[in-house]
Amino acid sequence: MPTMQFKIYRYDPDRDERPRMQDISVEIDAADRKLLDVLVKLKAKDDSIGYRRSCREGVCGSDAMNINGKNGLACLTEVKDLKQPVVLRPLPGLPVIRDLIVDMTQFFKQYHSIRPYLINDEPPPERERLQSPEDREELDGLYECILCACCSTSCPSFWWNPDKYVGPAGLLQAYRFLCDTRDQATSERLDDLDDPYRLFRCHSIMNCVDACPKELNPMAAIGKIKAMMLARTV
Amino acid sequence: MNVTKRSYDAVIVGAGGAGLRAALQLAEAGLNIAVLSKVFPTRSHTVAAQGGVAASLGNSDEDHWHWHMYDTVKGSDWLGDQDSIEYMCRMAPEVVYELEHFGMPFTRTEDGRIYQRPFGGHMSNFGEKPVRRACAAADRTGHAMLHTLYQRNVRANTRFFVEWMALDLVRGPEGEVLGVTAIEMETGEVSVFQAKATLFATGGSGRMYYASTNAFINTGDGLGMAARAGLPIQDMEFFQFHPTGVYGAGILITEGVRGEGGILRNKDGERFMERYAPNAKDLASRDVVSRAMATEIKEGRGCGPEKDHLLLDLSHLDPDVIIRRLPGIREISIRFAGADPVREPIPVVPTAHYQMGGIPTLYSGRVVAPKNGDPDAVVPGFYAAGECACASVHGGNRLGCNSLLDLLVFGRSAGDSMIEDIGKMPGALPDLRRDAAEGSLARLDRLESQKDGESVHEVQAAMRRTMQEHCGVFRFPEMLAKGVAEIEAVAERVSRTGIGDHSRVFNTARIEALEVENLIEAAKATMMGAANREESRGAQARADFPERDDTNWLKHSLWYREGNRIDYRPVHLKPLTVETVALKKRVY
Repeated sequence: MPTMQFKIYRYDPDRDERPRMQDISVEIDAADRKLLDVLVKLKAKDDSIGYRRSCREGVCGSDAMNINGKNGLACLTEVKDLKQPVVLRPLPGLPVIRDLIVDMTQFFKQYHSIRPYLINDEPPPERERLQSPEDREELDGLYECILCACCSTSCPSFWWNPDKYVGPAGLLQAYRFLCDTRDQATSERLDDLDDPYRLFRCHSIMNCVDACPKELNPMAAIGKIKAMMLARTV
Repeated sequence: MNVTKRSYDAVIVGAGGAGLRAALQLAEAGLNIAVLSKVFPTRSHTVAAQGGVAASLGNSDEDHWHWHMYDTVKGSDWLGDQDSIEYMCRMAPEVVYELEHFGMPFTRTEDGRIYQRPFGGHMSNFGEKPVRRACAAADRTGHAMLHTLYQRNVRANTRFFVEWMALDLVRGPEGEVLGVTAIEMETGEVSVFQAKATLFATGGSGRMYYASTNAFINTGDGLGMAARAGLPIQDMEFFQFHPTGVYGAGILITEGVRGEGGILRNKDGERFMERYAPNAKDLASRDVVSRAMATEIKEGRGCGPEKDHLLLDLSHLDPDVIIRRLPGIREISIRFAGADPVREPIPVVPTAHYQMGGIPTLYSGRVVAPKNGDPDAVVPGFYAAGECACASVHGGNRLGCNSLLDLLVFGRSAGDSMIEDIGKMPGALPDLRRDAAEGSLARLDRLESQKDGESVHEVQAAMRRTMQEHCGVFRFPEMLAKGVAEIEAVAERVSRTGIGDHSRVFNTARIEALEVENLIEAAKATMMGAANREESRGAQARADFPERDDTNWLKHSLWYREGNRIDYRPVHLKPLTVETVALKKRVY
């Protein structure tokens, strides 16, 4: 069985003065196709390695981490494509709780700040609200977000102003509701984002697009929000 | 250790579909609630559901809740409680419309209505021909539903305790439930959550099997807690094997693929389901299809060098259907099977998927445990909904899309029952006894101080291998007898697990050890139930008792941890308003 070499960021505030990089290796076999498969083996060897994981199929968004310098999901990362030693670090820009586990409070605060729910104060009809297939198609590429934070934590604007800039993940969801024909709060939503920081800290660096493991495009959504804002001023 | 005491009107354990739907009911009613979850709510396993949620909306074909009810009773192989099934199927359109009103991004028909697709066992006119009943958001229905429910809870200001794991039920002198103990993962601190009403929405236990579609977190936590608190667990021998898990990886491929026209083929390219289910073919019930696949493999008609899997062929479908209606499946197939279904078939194998059994409840979500001759005696203060509960709407075999429906209907009904019962309990809660957390602290202490402990990883692997080998799609008497002995040996090892990591901060080794303590209870209940039930019904297929036996076995089994014993409860054969769906032979 081939051996795979790792360098893993380790920090346990209960024991460590400061973070360190741990050199560790593990034998892998043909069944270990994804990085998460190997992480499970590593944890069997050293049960103190901390990381989050759940669905292991790229839909829950738990196991986002920085893999050889790039943000991604361990469960979707092919082992055979990884250069060794594989360097694993927590997502950048968020406080580390322990090892590869970051404190996502600020990330979710920004997500919550865009009022991520349908706003429609009309009494609902007895059956479904109607929406044409074309109008529904507008939501494709937006609603699929898994809130893994790969995008926001690869964004320099978010690193510098995580308390003021909504960040790509939050803005992608802001646009998901802005373009939903059933939502009635378009103008309030645009008012809320019309701010030098909340929306306009996006400088089109495009790291978010590279980082998204679901191949979504937050930057395009941000561009569309900016266009909506421009359209209402003329 | 210091134990913090917290008091709420209601505490909900689990923030998947059922927990979130119940939480919404309570939060919008203005009650003071706490929702505990091991993971951030949108990481819950509801997120992985794909194909749809069943409701007789009739958007594309004529449909009726009564036909849906008939299909569900038949799908359950008559083990489902017909009052619960009627309730669920009648409520289905309402809870689905409600979800749409909350903002769920359903796929649409040309006239703007919710898109519905065919699914296994969904038939019109009492079993006559397939009907489009599965309401879908592409093939990401669970993801869309979970996020929509979370978002609605954000709007309702629901109070979440994220990354808190519940440890044990707290029961009072009369057996009433008074709350739970829980550990905060980030700090390792233990709290007691005292509540007038406690809901378990903790999900399934599919991780007990080696090949499973389930997430790592599906460790039967609610079942473990209920069993340790002396409560019975019902019908666990009925464990669903989904016909189409990705070969080798276990990832789910929705039945919606066959609903859209996908076909299962053996090594000869034969559409073998025509031989097993001449009418419904590839859209027969899951237990029927999984048994057919296992038989094909056993008789040497499997595919690949080991002849150990089958092929799901979509290549005859319009690529546009695959890309628009099944985009998630295409992504999974490319990533986990290395096959683009537009051109190549997907290698699949029956894979452990869903626990039909669970904590027994009424359709109101109230938990029952037989007492003084009353098989439906309610456990005061205790409620359960979703996969951890057994209402029982799925009986011996669940129909596709009835799980997401179950979450919505019984999440809501449990929430309503809690509101009603809390309304009858004015005033503050009485003080809990001082040692309410004693059992939980003792378990944590044991784990911390265990010398030469068993590896959690190895013990769990042994459990999963035992369940896979001895309690699979087909069940053989000698294998079950050995399985019972082996699972008891594994249980003994679970009581001696040790961990290397003793940090207080986000100690995932400790959490995994606690999860195994829960999962083993679910595994014992499953193995014992399978060895005990001497008939074949739904997902329980006994080689030595190949027929359904309504004379002796038309009853729910109840497994008790104490004494590892089994008792029984009658099936509710009487629906709420319509006639009983009479017993008959189940053919598709």
